[in-house]
Amino acid sequence: MNASPLLEVRNLETYYGPIVALRGVSLAVRRGQIVVVLGANGAGKTTLMRTISGVLEPEKGRVLLEGADITAREPDEIVRRKVVHVPEGREIFPLMSVRENLLMGAFTRTDKAGIATDMEMVCGYFPALAERLDQEAGTLSGGQQQMLAIGRGLMARPRLMLLDEPSLGLSPILVKEIFAILRRLNNEQEVTMLIVEQNARTALATADYGYVLELGRIVMDGPAGRLAASKDIQEFYLGMKEESPRGRRRWKARKTWR
Amino acid sequence: MDALQLLVSGLANGCIYGLIALGFVLIYKATEAVNFAQGDMMMLGAFLTLGLNNEAWMGLPFWVSVPVAIAGMAALGYLLDALLLRRMFGQSQIAVVILTIALGFILRFVAGVIWGHEPQSLESPIAGMDLRIGGIVLGLDEIAVIIVTLLLTGVLWLFFARTRLGLAMQATSQNQLAAYYMGIPVKRIHSLTWALAGAMAAIAGILFATKGAIDPNSGLLGIKAFAAAVIGGFGSLPGALLGGLIVGLVEPFAARYIAAGFSQIMPYLILLLILVFRPDGILAQVRQKKV
Ligand SMILES: Nc1ncnc2c1ncn2[C@@H]1O[C@H](COP(=O)(O)OP(=O)(O)O)[C@@H](O)[C@H]1O
Ligand SMILES: [Mg+2]
Repeated sequence: MNASPLLEVRNLETYYGPIVALRGVSLAVRRGQIVVVLGANGAGKTTLMRTISGVLEPEKGRVLLEGADITAREPDEIVRRKVVHVPEGREIFPLMSVRENLLMGAFTRTDKAGIATDMEMVCGYFPALAERLDQEAGTLSGGQQQMLAIGRGLMARPRLMLLDEPSLGLSPILVKEIFAILRRLNNEQEVTMLIVEQNARTALATADYGYVLELGRIVMDGPAGRLAASKDIQEFYLGMKEESPRGRRRWKARKTWR
Repeated sequence: MDALQLLVSGLANGCIYGLIALGFVLIYKATEAVNFAQGDMMMLGAFLTLGLNNEAWMGLPFWVSVPVAIAGMAALGYLLDALLLRRMFGQSQIAVVILTIALGFILRFVAGVIWGHEPQSLESPIAGMDLRIGGIVLGLDEIAVIIVTLLLTGVLWLFFARTRLGLAMQATSQNQLAAYYMGIPVKRIHSLTWALAGAMAAIAGILFATKGAIDPNSGLLGIKAFAAAVIGGFGSLPGALLGGLIVGLVEPFAARYIAAGFSQIMPYLILLLILVFRPDGILAQVRQKKV
């Protein structure tokens, strides 16, 4: 049992009607890891997250949690199995207070004492939320809403957190702050994380292992450090330019993984 | 003190419009569907109570008939969603609207077959009793309508603000996708919302049949309640009640101080004005989403 990874995705294919969004994605997340999936806009990152959390049904392939098949289960069953999806664009409940948003994160739980303890825990990690528990969530700033989305996810006491572009629309300083908190949560609260990101630099600096998703396919994977050092990643995801002897930008005709 | 009597009877009517409007808004907020059978559910709730309670029918005690009818209408609401509307998922809004209009016809037909088309009143313990304060005579039934509506409003407020289920209903109506992500069983929440709307319809119907007569076409009152919901701000629960009260108050005063016919058109005149000058209604909830 312990030999199997916490999450394993095998050959996942997901469609929107006739449009194919995932073309056979396989990946694994081991207990305690932070794994990042890098991909440009439209690569299929959100689709991957939704397929794992049961909001979308795949045409083919399987999602395994500790070896148990959870493919296409109802989303509430997946949450009860302690896998929580923190969606792209925060998706908070705008007219409810910060406290009520956090309580909704704990909807699948009934242990009142545990919920109260975790509310304290979340407030400890996000003091900005602690100061605004009674404020309407729709009036929070973008960064605070992202913190609320993460805090709300934590309230389910997840073993595995699926984070969809937590850096989206945030300033570089806020991005750094959020990823530092994610790292701490991973260490201190033992939350395993699967993060999908376009922001390769920060994500690779935080993650243990990485995959690259392009047009619904995994095209590359490896330990985060090695990916960060790879030429293709540097060129296409980190925006580093290599100057040719003539001082002009050198474009590779094809990326090496194709 | 003619005006006080008008005020009380207007408020009492307004409470009933408001309760039906509340049913419209509850379902709309949760599922983005408009249930045009809401008025007919009110009528059916009234007939169910009357059928259980009145001597001419089953003759059960009033305090047994009322909770049984409310529970029956809640069950009907739940089943309508679970068996019919859930299957329409993904179809156009118009298809859902037409389904609920058809449902209204069916409910009217069924009520007519079972209880006939003669107007009937609910034999409640307070039927026909008056309240005399000084020289003023007020109908006890009308006072009861207002008190019950006030209590119900308080209970609903507590339910939505304090209970786990009430909060989950709010959450589902504000962001359905996020509700799924939180593990809230969205489909069951939708059915439970229909159950709540069914119970509200039954209560409105009981109040209506206590202070007046009901027949299978009484449900068409739902159209006025729909106008009330739009006036108050479709999507706002306090707005639904407020809209109901406005319509209820305007009717008797327009009839008394303008001309009799005006009580019929005033609600729609106000509706037109609101739609032109404040299209989101009086208590519109402005949603903002920051990126
Ligand atoms: N609701 C939808 N209907 C149809 N196509 C969609 C829908 N959502 C996403 N897609 C398509 O699926 C592909 C993957 O989208 P998505 O998973 O959102 O990518 P990412 O999150 O990496 O930006 C894109 O080509 C996108 O156009
Ligand atoms: Mg996306």
